[in-house]
Amino acid sequence: MMFKLKYDDFLVYDEATNTYSMSQEQKVRDETERNHWKTTGLTVLKDWRLYAMLIPMILVYLLWKYLPMYSLVASFKSGDEAQAIDRDWVGIANFAHLFEIGGDAVDFWRAFRNTFTLAFYGLLFGFPFPIILALFFNEVRSNIARSVMQVCVYLPKFLSTVIVTTLVISLFKGPTAAGGEMGVVSKFLTYISGADSFIGNAAAIADKGLIQSTRYFRAIYIVAELWEHGGYDSIVFFAAVIAVSPTSYEAAQIDGAGKMAQMRYVVLPSILSTVVIMLIMKMGSLLSIGYEKLWLFCNSNNSGNYEVASVVSTLANMWNDKGSVYQGYGVAAEMMNNLIGMILVLGSNFIARKASDVSLY
Amino acid sequence: MKRKIEISELIFKIIAYIFLIIFALLCIYPLLYALSAAFSSKGAVDSGEVVLWPLLGKEGQYYFGFSLEAFKYVAVDKGNNFWIAYANTLFMCGVGTVWCMVYTVLGAYALSKKRLLGRKGFNFFLVFTMWFSAGIIPQLLNYQNTANFFASIVGSTTEDIDLKWVVIIAMGMNATNLILLRNSFEGVPSEIEEAARIDGATEMQILWQVYIPMSKATIATIALFFGISRWNGYFWAQKVMPNQKYSWPVQVFIRDFIENETALVGPLKETATFNSQTTSELSVVYAMVVCGVIPILVIYPFIQKYFAKGVNMGGVKE
Repeated sequence: MMFKLKYDDFLVYDEATNTYSMSQEQKVRDETERNHWKTTGLTVLKDWRLYAMLIPMILVYLLWKYLPMYSLVASFKSGDEAQAIDRDWVGIANFAHLFEIGGDAVDFWRAFRNTFTLAFYGLLFGFPFPIILALFFNEVRSNIARSVMQVCVYLPKFLSTVIVTTLVISLFKGPTAAGGEMGVVSKFLTYISGADSFIGNAAAIADKGLIQSTRYFRAIYIVAELWEHGGYDSIVFFAAVIAVSPTSYEAAQIDGAGKMAQMRYVVLPSILSTVVIMLIMKMGSLLSIGYEKLWLFCNSNNSGNYEVASVVSTLANMWNDKGSVYQGYGVAAEMMNNLIGMILVLGSNFIARKASDVSLY
Repeated sequence: MKRKIEISELIFKIIAYIFLIIFALLCIYPLLYALSAAFSSKGAVDSGEVVLWPLLGKEGQYYFGFSLEAFKYVAVDKGNNFWIAYANTLFMCGVGTVWCMVYTVLGAYALSKKRLLGRKGFNFFLVFTMWFSAGIIPQLLNYQNTANFFASIVGSTTEDIDLKWVVIIAMGMNATNLILLRNSFEGVPSEIEEAARIDGATEMQILWQVYIPMSKATIATIALFFGISRWNGYFWAQKVMPNQKYSWPVQVFIRDFIENETALVGPLKETATFNSQTTSELSVVYAMVVCGVIPILVIYPFIQKYFAKGVNMGGVKE
């Protein structure tokens, strides 16, 4: 009886002949199964326009996003003067070179450390800043005043890297050999901290200016990042903050919550999912961001800020110009960097999904 | 009890206002400074007297006023090259944005359809480029190969073809923009599409007459993102055509001027070649900066209202 119940879905028991035969439903199912690819093929054919629309996009991404990945093999090849593809295989020699004690490894590990340091500081200051800005914008009740302020703070985001770096370099510059004066900001900093202070001395070193000093480069870089991105990044948090219903605030007020308690128990839980998603996105671009800007701040190894401003991607770029031997090292270095970046984004996404059910990918 | 709440709110409000006003002023100050320095005379800029408004005059007696010497230097002395670079940027910005929009709109439309077979795979194909990139050297090699390929198409050599086209065609991809548009297309009710289909509309007509008009705001936003990234692009244009001066966009031109003719970037050059009795090198740099920013400033008020929509990604997830 059990047997019959279990299998009568596709077998029919004929009592007269005491045999089993295939049921009608199963025949239909088998037919559908057999025709599955045919039906799918027909649907695709009928919808061919939809698939044709995908072609340009696929082509562009294949040619200019995926095809470069083929050149990653250069990291496993020797450095002889040939097209990267035709060189001899050397296994992991290029990677091993980056772990040896010596000249190039020193450069690489410094760049590696700098990448993480700048990314870490960028996240530490650059992530809370727009959230605070959004909370502050929420306090401005006058629409006109808020719009005017927002127009001002979004603007730097739309300036080009060349222009931003030019402004930063010239505002923080020192007195030049040509007899010029200090930039406005270095002058101001010297003025408030005293000409004999560290800042004053660093700013006064002829030709260099603060941007070229190992001591202040990071701070200036982070401030420039906040200046450029802070306002624009606040948009998404502001949208989350204004979505909090006014009744929640009123309820909290009646319960005797001060401003800080309201922030803690009303606003923060409401914007948490936005914060998590933005954090994942930020993690994703953490190690890749800013090569253009850093390259413009420091594009040679006799630049004064080379110690702190050379990151893996700019180092790879410098190595590429040094010839084919260094090309392999550069590709290997950057590949490690980018793989770690990928692990960071997927890892943070995974943790976010486990911890709070909010994830981006 | 009530009074205490009011005080904490008041303090917070005051801090918020002070902070925002200072930050907003700091955000526009560098541009204001660049503008006034560009309009100031040589003496006033070199002596560091210019702080907020343009100054003219000699040592000890500076007065408010405008000098056009720096702009004259940019527009006339540097003129030919500068305007060529400017025209190049406009061209690359226009054609490049249209090209990016074409494949982005088509791709986003197809990806927004639930009936698309292998939709998950195509989405992964797209999102993976946001996680991992091959790096600078592989990309550069790829662009060089692209240039060779383009040259072989027209039967010429890489030196002789206009490398602008490599920048226009091969660069400027942005998966985030595509996903943004895809999400917007997914928000269009399927009943409207069915109605159009019953009326005999083809796929192209549905896209053109139903989806695009209904996602106008997103389309405008991503077109502007593409356009601005084109306008601001520096690194790859410089890497791909370091020697083709007549194809340079204006950003590459400005940086080249700063590196090779001024003392601004410090030890890169031993001696600065810039030499003018009438205007300071800083003024000229700032005049170029102002010229490079003007188009952005002109469209800025119109695009500002779209920003909030543009950043609301809503998630990449399937």
